[in-house]
Amino acid sequence: MQMNKLPWMSLGALALALTAMAPASAQEKSVAVTAIVEHPALDSVRDGVQTALKAAGFEVGKNLKWQYQSAQGNTGTAAQIARKFIGDKPDAIVAIATPSAQAVVAATKSVPVVFSAVTDPVAAKLVASWEPSKNNVTGVSDMLALDKQMDLVKQVVPNAKRVGMVYNPGEANSVVVVKELEKLLPKLGMTLVEAAAPRSVDVSSAARSLIGKVDVIYTNTDNNVVSAYESLVKVGQDAKIPLVASDTDSVKRGAIAALGINYRDLGEQTGRMVARILKGEKPGDIKPELSTKMELFVNPGAAEKQGVKLSDALVKSAAQVIQ
Amino acid sequence: MSLFSLLGAVEIGLIFSLVALGVYISFRLLRFPDLTVDGSFPLGGAVCAILISTGTNPWLATLAATAAGAVAGLVTGWLNVKLKIMDLLASILMMIALYSINLRVMGGPNVPLINDPTLFTLLQPPGLDDYWARPLILLVVVIAAKLLLDWFFATERGLAIRSTGSNARMARAQGINTGAMVLLGMAVSNALVGLAGALFAQTQGGSDISMGIGTIVIGLAAVIVGESILPSRRIVYATLAVIVGAIVYRFFIAAALNSDFIGLKAQDLNLVTALLVTVALVIPQLKRKLASRKA
Repeated sequence: MQMNKLPWMSLGALALALTAMAPASAQEKSVAVTAIVEHPALDSVRDGVQTALKAAGFEVGKNLKWQYQSAQGNTGTAAQIARKFIGDKPDAIVAIATPSAQAVVAATKSVPVVFSAVTDPVAAKLVASWEPSKNNVTGVSDMLALDKQMDLVKQVVPNAKRVGMVYNPGEANSVVVVKELEKLLPKLGMTLVEAAAPRSVDVSSAARSLIGKVDVIYTNTDNNVVSAYESLVKVGQDAKIPLVASDTDSVKRGAIAALGINYRDLGEQTGRMVARILKGEKPGDIKPELSTKMELFVNPGAAEKQGVKLSDALVKSAAQVIQ
Repeated sequence: MSLFSLLGAVEIGLIFSLVALGVYISFRLLRFPDLTVDGSFPLGGAVCAILISTGTNPWLATLAATAAGAVAGLVTGWLNVKLKIMDLLASILMMIALYSINLRVMGGPNVPLINDPTLFTLLQPPGLDDYWARPLILLVVVIAAKLLLDWFFATERGLAIRSTGSNARMARAQGINTGAMVLLGMAVSNALVGLAGALFAQTQGGSDISMGIGTIVIGLAAVIVGESILPSRRIVYATLAVIVGAIVYRFFIAAALNSDFIGLKAQDLNLVTALLVTVALVIPQLKRKLASRKA
């Protein structure tokens, strides 16, 4: 036992040496950003925040101390990152996606927190309502206005009655969408048919289970589905089921259309909010926001393969037409 | 490293030391490779979070979460002992099943506990900040768990569990019902993990379906790091070693999180943690080699 003490002490010294902090200058503002996992959309949010801060006069390396940590998918690490950030006392913490945001909000009642890419911050109890919180939390949600999404579905497949949806029942954001659609679709004369894909590899078989039962497959920004979108496209083409997505990248991968959030813009919107806090506004006075910019992408080639023809009006109204 | 960062590492390390104690019981004492923990950790969190958010007393909710963990362990043991399913597969089946069960329990993938009362808000002494109170409360819980286990594994029944793990045939020859001992050991092990899940949900603002991912890896790493710091076959030292291992592991993560100034980036976190643990495991060996060369 004693034999082992010495190396452990030297290891402790190493750990301490690793943790020496660089000194911060007086007028410098600091922003600490964390995300639960690295993933193209979440990374775009982070980059957008940095862009907007630069536009507002806060530049990394000049007057802004910027740090970014990803929990690499582990909630224990997310909790530890939250503690580290609070100890560093930045002027604002940006928490991207629900688990990271909950870990940070649970850990501090004083450091300003701006969440981003959280679909339902009220259900996640990050804020009590969509009004200014009067505490240390505000942020930007990536909730999609589902009535607009269903308008798009109607425009792509005008006589659609049965809407299929493939999603991961373990993803909070997707469950919110399913619950909302169950309420909304009957009002529009349509019904929802669910297919669960708890893992990315299940997307294909879930989509196959919808063949013959649905007129169109709509998907939200479910991480499992987005990461395995090609397998959905294969089913759509084989069984001639039109696919409508919620993120514009999926249109490039074979969806017919998507009215989606541009996550970089969402990040910039978040960054503008952070800049207001750095300039002295209180987070409790800033109302949580929804994404302001939506973009329509269409893919007429995919439409043809999936057995529908897009109207000229729809193609003309698109921000981008994928050939 | 800031005080918050240190106390945060201690706090999360203490919670995971309960997982590590559970893993120590299954892997080391029973020699049962048990992956159930990836499911019983979020099960504890799920049961606790849903009960508290629907108005149950946090003490009762934590107790229920511990019991739920024990039941999960019992089922894994039962699959192995009664249905003769290979131990590893039995635990994998249970882990997979628990994913769906946890979603059912929570009624969705996430149950927040941000403004609800928890054990920690109930027990927080006035005048003491929460970042001090949480690790202190956890320290008491972990010490109590350790002492209980030390006592239990010295009783006749506890010794029977240990002999079942070290030589089942011999144990049966001595008239020990080894099947029942596997069930009991697995229940105790997963009860600890369920308790850890409940405490984690109460300190981190809620329960999330993804919170179980990699629990077994962290638990095993803590056991092995602990054993290399304090190599001993006596239960009293072994349980202490496991707790120390869990906390040290968290210090490595905290150190890795603070290593950005030497050019490391966020994506390097897991690599840095792995490297630090590797160094921790290799140094005692080198030291022993040096010592034997001198002799």
